[in-house]
Formats: sequence, C-alpha cells, structure tokens
Amino acid sequence: MDPVFLSRLQFAAATMFHFLFVPLTLGLSVLIAYMETKYARTGDKTYLRMTKFWGKLFLINFALGVVTGITLEFQFGTNWSRYSAYVGDIFGSLLAIEASVAFFLESTFIGIWIFGWKKLSAKAHAGVMWLVALAGNLSAVWILMANGFMQNPVGYVIKDGRAELESFMALITNKHGLLEIIHVVPASLLLASFFIMGVSAWHLLRKQHLPVFERSFRIGLVVGLVMALFTAFTGDLHGINVSKTQPAKLAAMESHWETQTRAPLVLFAIPDQENEKNLIEIGAIPGILSFLGFHDFNAKVTGLLDIPKDERPPVLPTFVGFRTMVGLGTLFILLTIYGWFKRNNLTENPTYLKIMLFAIPLPYIAMEMGWIVSEVGRQPWIVYGLMRTAEAVSPISTTQVFISLTGFILVYGLLGLVGFYLMAKTVKQGPEAAN
Amino acid sequence: MELQAIWFFLWGLLWAVFFMTDGFDFGIGTIYPFAGKTDTDKRTMLNAMGPLWDGNEVWLITAGGVTFAAFPLVYATMFSTLYTPLMLILFALIFRGVAIHFRGKIDTPAWKRVWDFLIFIGSFVPALLFGVAFANIFQGIPFDGQGFYHGNTLKLLNPYGLLGGVLFVLLFIVHGANWMAVKSTGKLQARMAAISQKTWLALVPVAVVFLLASYFATDLWANYFRYPVLFIVTLVNVAALLSIRYFVANKTYFKAWFASAATIVLCTFFGIIGLFPALFPSSLHPDWHLTAFNASSSPLTLKIMLGVVVVFIPIVIGYQIWAYHLFKDPVTEEDLDMDEAY
Repeated sequence: MDPVFLSRLQFAAATMFHFLFVPLTLGLSVLIAYMETKYARTGDKTYLRMTKFWGKLFLINFALGVVTGITLEFQFGTNWSRYSAYVGDIFGSLLAIEASVAFFLESTFIGIWIFGWKKLSAKAHAGVMWLVALAGNLSAVWILMANGFMQNPVGYVIKDGRAELESFMALITNKHGLLEIIHVVPASLLLASFFIMGVSAWHLLRKQHLPVFERSFRIGLVVGLVMALFTAFTGDLHGINVSKTQPAKLAAMESHWETQTRAPLVLFAIPDQENEKNLIEIGAIPGILSFLGFHDFNAKVTGLLDIPKDERPPVLPTFVGFRTMVGLGTLFILLTIYGWFKRNNLTENPTYLKIMLFAIPLPYIAMEMGWIVSEVGRQPWIVYGLMRTAEAVSPISTTQVFISLTGFILVYGLLGLVGFYLMAKTVKQGPEAAN
Repeated sequence: MELQAIWFFLWGLLWAVFFMTDGFDFGIGTIYPFAGKTDTDKRTMLNAMGPLWDGNEVWLITAGGVTFAAFPLVYATMFSTLYTPLMLILFALIFRGVAIHFRGKIDTPAWKRVWDFLIFIGSFVPALLFGVAFANIFQGIPFDGQGFYHGNTLKLLNPYGLLGGVLFVLLFIVHGANWMAVKSTGKLQARMAAISQKTWLALVPVAVVFLLASYFATDLWANYFRYPVLFIVTLVNVAALLSIRYFVANKTYFKAWFASAATIVLCTFFGIIGLFPALFPSSLHPDWHLTAFNASSSPLTLKIMLGVVVVFIPIVIGYQIWAYHLFKDPVTEEDLDMDEAY
C-alpha cells in the first residue's frame, strides 16, 4: 500500500460514487423541464404533479451529486499535486470555466426553482428549470473536455518542465472529448428515462396514479428508445477513435494479445495478464474486432504483446467492463423497442413492467463500466503518453490518504444508504393527490 | 498592470466573495443549535439561506478552480500541504449540504437531531479551519522548493492560526445573525439582533489583537509601510466594522448585513494586500515562496481565463443579485408550509 495506490482507490471511489447521482441529475433535469413546460403551456395539472414528483427525486440526487463533486475538484490538489502542477495550465482552466460558466448557473437557479414556485409565473418557473438543465449538461461538457485532454492530450507544448497551453481551440475541439460528450450526455438521458420507466412501472403494476405514470412512462420510453440507439451509434464512433489513439486500451478491452490482421472478436475469455494470454477463449469470430475497431475486416489490430509490459493497462477490468457495457447497451435497445409496441396497453403487460422495474440499476452499471473502461484502460498513464499516474501523486504520507480514504468510504456508504432510503420513500409516497 | 498581478487580485477577490456570501451561511449554521429555540425557528433559519447557499458555495469551487487555472503550482502545493485540514473542511461541507437538504424529509425528532448536529459541524468547522488556514498562510507554511511539507497538522493550531480561526467564526456569526435579522420577524429577529450585537463586542477586540499579532507573527504590514496609501483599506475596514453596530442598533438590518459583508471582504483584502506578490509563502526560506510571478500559468492561459472571468463573473453577479432580490423578504409561515421548504 502506497500513496499512489490509495490515492487511486480514493479517486475511483469518489468519482464512481459521484457518478451514481450525476447522470440521473443531468437526464432528469431535461425531462422535468419538458414536463413543466407542458404544464406552463397547457395548464394540465397532471404535468404539474409529474414535475413535482420527479422534481423531488431529482433534488435528492442533486444534493448528493453536488456534495460529492466538491471533493473531486480538490482531490487534484490534495492527492495529485504533481499532476496539477504539470498540466494545471490546461486542465485547471477547463475546471475553472466549468465552475464560472456552468456550475454557478445551475446552483443559483436550482435554489430559485426550489423556492420560487410562488414568486415566479409558471412560464418563468419552467424557464428556470431549463436553465438548470442546460447548465448541468454544460458542466458535463466542460468536465468531459477536461477528461478528453487526459485521454488524448492536444493543444499544448512542453515548456519549463510542464505542459503549457498552445491552442485553446485545439483543446476545446479535441475529438476524444467531443466523442465523450456525445456518448455520455445521451447516456445520461438514457439512464434517466430508464429510471422514469422503472419507477413508473412500480406504480403501474399497482394500478395507482395512472395518469401520472402512464404519461411519464411514455416520455421515458420515447427518450429511452432514441437514446439507446444514439448511444450505441456514438459508442461505435468512440471505439473507432480509441483504436486509433489508444491501441493499448483497445487491446485490453478485447483481451487481444497477438498483433494480427483479420483480428477476431472473442465472445468469452478469461484474461491472464501475468502469463500474457487468455486462460479460456470461446467463440473467436474472425475479422470482427478489426471491423469494430477500424470498420475494416482486414485491419491490423495491435496486440498487448507488442505493447511494452509497463504500458499495458489492467486487462481484466477493462475487458469485463467493456463487455458488460456493450451487452447492456444492446439490452436497452431491445427493451425499449419491445416497449414501443406495448406502449398503448402497458398495464396489461405486467411482465414487461416488472422487467423494467428491475432494469433500473442496469444503466447505472453500464455507465460505471464505461468509466472503468475509459479510466482503467488509460493506465498506467494519467495523461495518455505524457505523464504516468505514479509520477502524478502528491508528496503525502500513506497514513494521511489511508485515513481520508476510510473517511470517504464510511461517509459515502452512509450517504448512499440515506439517499437510497429517501428515494425509495419518495417513490412509495407517489405524487400529490389529484384535485 | 501586469497580467499576473491582475490575477493575484482576482484570486483574492474570489476568496473574499466566497467568505462574504457563504460566510453568512456558515454563521447561521454555527448559531443554529443555540439560537433556534423551536423547530419553527430552526426551519426559518434554514429557509432563510435555503434559496441562496447552493449558489454561494460555488464561489469556493470557483476560487479553487481559478487557483488551479491561474496558479497551478499554488493549487498543487496549497492543497497537498494542507491535506488534512482541507479534507476536514470537505467532509464538513458534505455534511452541511446533505443535512440542509435532508433534515425536513422525515418528521421525527431523532432524524432531525442527527442533521441538526451535522448542520452545526458542517458550518462551524469550515468557518474555523478556513480562518486557521489563512492565518497560517499569512505566517508562511513549512514547505520546501520541491513542495514537500515539513510541518504537521497540529502545528497549524498555533496561537496566531487559532486567532485567525476565532476571528473568522466571529465575523461569520455577526454576518449570519445580520442576515437572519433581515429574514425573520418578531422574537427571532430580536434574538438575532442581540446575537449580532453581543458577538460584535467580542469581534472588535479579537480583530484588534489580530491586527497587532500580524505585526509580530507575519510580514503582512510591510507592504502597508512601503505604500502608506494602502492604509485607506484598513481605515475603511474599521469604518465598516464599526458601522455594523450602528445599523443593528438602528434596526436597519439590511444595511448591517451589507456592512458585515464589506467587513469580510476588506478583512480578506487586508491579508491579500499584505501577502502580495506571494500567494503561498514558505516559512522555511523566502526563495521558496510561491508568488504571482513564479507560480502562474502561461500568459495565454491567463489571457483566455481573464476573458472568461471578465465576461462571466459579472453575469453571475447579476443573476445572483436577482436571486437575493427575489428572496429578500422575511421567511413567512406560508413559506414554511410549502412542500419544497426545508
């Protein structure tokens, strides 16, 4: 146990926990803004009940997302000070822009939204929610751009022993970052729509509050279907880019050892990193990996054996993470297409509703797995090809990190329980009675 | 003026605005368990800062982000050397944020007691530790040219550091009580005015001792003696501090709050001016001081960030003023009955 390992663990725990709340906040804010706009335009009280009900769940998530986000910003300084000093010129500016352009807007207007029901007109109040939704997603854009730099550093020169900004345009048009944005933002909408469908299914199964939840489910279904298809499409684009810019990550995603043309896709494997091979390999389909990586069945795909041992990412989590994400992504498409055909008589399809209820955690798992692929697959680099994670850590003691890590696990564990309990309670309570 | 010097003052300004805005939230949270006699009192206090504290807290995120962007070396060294106090502050802020949101979600005394305690901890600890941290920065932090820390966390609790902590806590209590006097009526308002006045009586001697102690413990006064015109800042500061009492006695509470806001900004600037050009001085050797000139980002980053800040911060201030204006009236029973109220 050294500060590097513990700091990595701490950062992983803090980001993954943070990311349990952020995607729902991002996606739900847009859907709530839509519902409230419908209310402001039509005066239909069902939309108001929907807005308030989903709004309560949104706020619980928002609170947890914000408090866990603050610790992330500061961990770059506390635990990764060498990294901060080395790339702060570039990375720091993206974080600062996020705070001053997006996060301020979101946090100020969420307060106005919560407390402003009587102080603002219905239309203005709905407008406030649109600002919250816009700002939240704008935050995500800047953060993903910052992550894009870590994945694929551009727009810098090395000067006086650090990376200095050379082109701001190059930085904010970084292809890797843009691809992350068009994958992660729609994935958040996908997650939120599955959340809405799952929670609605629970009430539809009990045949209660039907107007609210039939309508909610249909909104979730339309958005979910579109986003399931769109994330699959952007995921594919992202994969092609990764295979060009981060060959080691691609090889780890597929547990692909030998460099070859017509590289096969292995359906099932157990990677054995130490002995540089797969323990078990079942169902290799020739050419498919070449096709997925480069859209060419004959493309040459670099294997892990041709990558220096100390530049190989941990294979098992990257491999499993990728497979799980893609498998779930496919399932989301199937579930929403099936739902589309049953949309007019949902309550007569209890099995489908039950499946959708139990599907609530699946997009969460898919997203966490996506981040494992992205971040673990980038190792041993903190900035790909430029700085190693081991060189990035602060000169701090193991004890300090050990204590703070324990604190994170305890506090986050308790918060998770409380958050889950409050969400479940709010869901059970249901929307306000119609009058 | 040089770009780096401009950024130095923007950096100071962002911290000052954070202390000014979130300062009254910290103050309210600190007196919350003592001044809130009934559940209605407590809810009035929470709902008085309810619409605003989220936005206020972002000034911290921005101050941190701007430190990262404009002075990466300071960001890296400041937060890694002050690792333990910063972690304590972060955990405290987590508790506060969650507690304010969750306290009203379940209506049992035990549930509320837990969150009440955390609201206090989550407000008092950051108020104290930010004061301790900044007073220690004024003295210099024991780190070397490689960014290695040669102190220990307990040594931060030296007399001058603690004095800074007490000063911050008292300032924030006065500031918070002033805001509560604006946002409440009747008995609660009278109690808040009394708290503001009594705390002010403790604040004044602590502020005087802090200024004197700064002469012995730090180099903060050197810039003032070099450019005596700077004493104007201190004089205005004293005037602002004295006027708080006057406005509270006159029951013009919004003016009192404005005066305490000005006092906090000017107190912060007392230190910022004294530090210049260092942002993070080393107590081990002057060569290792991190200054606006040896720890800044590249000119290009400074220019781009200046553009961003000059355009967007006024917009932020604009809509935050609108939010303050929208929620300037005292918290009423009707407000507390709202479904969304804390």
